[in-house]
Amino acid sequence: MSSRTQSSSQAGRPGFVWAAPAIVFFGLFALLPMVAVVYLSFTSYTGIADPVWIGAENWRHLASDPFVGNSLRLSASLTALSWLVQTAITLPLGIYLAGKGRTRSLLAAVFFLPLLMSGAAIALLWSTLFDPNFGLASIVGPLVGVDDGNFIGSPTFAFYCVLLVISWQFIPFHTLLYQGATRAIPISLYEAATIDGAGRFKQFTSITVPQLRDTIITSGVLMIAGSLTYFEIILILTGGGPGTATRILPLHMYITGFKSFDMGYASVLAVLLLTIGTSLSLFITKVTGYRKMASQKEGL
Amino acid sequence: MSNAATETPEIPATGRIPARRPVAGRRPRRRRAVGPWWQRMNFVGGLGASAWLVVVGVPLYFLFVTSFRVSADYLADGPLSPPDNLTVENYTTIMQSDFPRYFINTIVVTLACVAIVLALALPAAYAIVRSRKKSVATVFSIILLGLAVPAQAVIVPLYLLITQAGLYDTLLAIILPTAAFALPLSIVVLTSSLRDVPTELYEAVNLDGAGSTRALFSIVIPLSRAAMATVGIFTAMQAWNGFLFPLVLTQDPSVRVITLGLWDFQGQFGLNVPVIMAAVALALLPLLVVYLVGRRYLLAGLTAGTGK
Repeated sequence: MSSRTQSSSQAGRPGFVWAAPAIVFFGLFALLPMVAVVYLSFTSYTGIADPVWIGAENWRHLASDPFVGNSLRLSASLTALSWLVQTAITLPLGIYLAGKGRTRSLLAAVFFLPLLMSGAAIALLWSTLFDPNFGLASIVGPLVGVDDGNFIGSPTFAFYCVLLVISWQFIPFHTLLYQGATRAIPISLYEAATIDGAGRFKQFTSITVPQLRDTIITSGVLMIAGSLTYFEIILILTGGGPGTATRILPLHMYITGFKSFDMGYASVLAVLLLTIGTSLSLFITKVTGYRKMASQKEGL
Repeated sequence: MSNAATETPEIPATGRIPARRPVAGRRPRRRRAVGPWWQRMNFVGGLGASAWLVVVGVPLYFLFVTSFRVSADYLADGPLSPPDNLTVENYTTIMQSDFPRYFINTIVVTLACVAIVLALALPAAYAIVRSRKKSVATVFSIILLGLAVPAQAVIVPLYLLITQAGLYDTLLAIILPTAAFALPLSIVVLTSSLRDVPTELYEAVNLDGAGSTRALFSIVIPLSRAAMATVGIFTAMQAWNGFLFPLVLTQDPSVRVITLGLWDFQGQFGLNVPVIMAAVALALLPLLVVYLVGRRYLLAGLTAGTGK
């Protein structure tokens, strides 16, 4: 945006008042809480009586919280693994679905169906499937050497069950991104490569993947940002258990604040989430170019 | 965003390039012979896609079929046995439960969120694109900051705010924060669409002596219809599927929404899996209708803000 602001050039243009309602509303329900959570992290607050200032005590508690290291580690590995699994599946799947043909259209229509389900619905469906007595797990378990089929109740497997369900929920979305991006690659690039005698694999590595670079970044960032909000799936599937085997950071925050009613300390955990989230927002803004004031259609 | 699925199949699934057949009214396409490799059949891709079809298809098949089964049969025959004795009783049970009320609550929440977001985001996006004021640019920067902030990070102060405002256990307690958290991406989407409007168009309206309000109705709204649809659908999905705000900010069954209701059914019906699956299927139904009618718009709404 031009920094040379001439008084006349603003004539006929909308002023601040047009943006004011949005910023007031957003300020009240998003910005104010973002600031307040930092304040609350220095208080004792049970949710009933008013918060009482107690200084840095909650923050000192952070060092002695036996769960927080574990939940951070779980959050980090869940984020990394879901990024890996989802990218490895969605990139080729999206490219495949970008192709034409009745079969692919039909497959795409089916593949995108999970997009219509809420996290709660998906969690309920899968917790039924994971039921060791009557669910799919009772059939699959013995086939893979887990005779009781109790994947979801096992400290070893519960984490991977969560990973599976989360991937199941988000893979359609990222497949959709890759499908759209692949279709946007200029066909002339492939024509030129074909004339040059480049084979399929060569075209894949030297045209498709480089052209999808932006999407790989966007999709990756969204996966990482999304992993901060994994919540209801785990709450419904495992409640964070067995033990603390799946208690990731957002869930640890929820349990501390709204099950143990230690909202002061929960605010400390929330500040951690907030810091990660804000850094991601800045990063997203940078890589996606949302701030660019020029039309993105220019030059086409 | 070009994610609309292929309407006209041009290359059959066998992947063989067909001989060009002239179709009346359709302009013959050049470049037929050298399409990019991914448009042609590839065996590995087909195999991978089939594998994924199993991963997606089996749970969905299970959901659909189980919702019509008799509970006793389900427990006796196992999850994947061929269904017999199909019944709609599970759906009747759900319709006679509190589900219809949850459904109405969710519709109210969804419509209110969409209305609030469109009413606030559209003028803001217009100002961001057209205004020369520094303050407006600052507004945009601040709103962008909220793009990836998870709702969990602010749920404790929101709880305090909502209880202090006397809104706890009301639908407004769900509506207000849900709409606020849908605002950043909505503004981003509308802003990028309005940037594509040629400057000359605004200037022409201004030359006519019309103010910003006229420009809003004569240019901004007509030209950003697609983006508004995208934003509307994006917001509606957020509201329809929202879980954390209703969970923390409401309690009473009279203001319960579907997502929480589903969770509640799990406790209520316990081992009666077919009834729970019927509830999940019913919750999915409205979106399925939207998907079948306007898949393009739905998918665009879902991927709002990700197109480059």
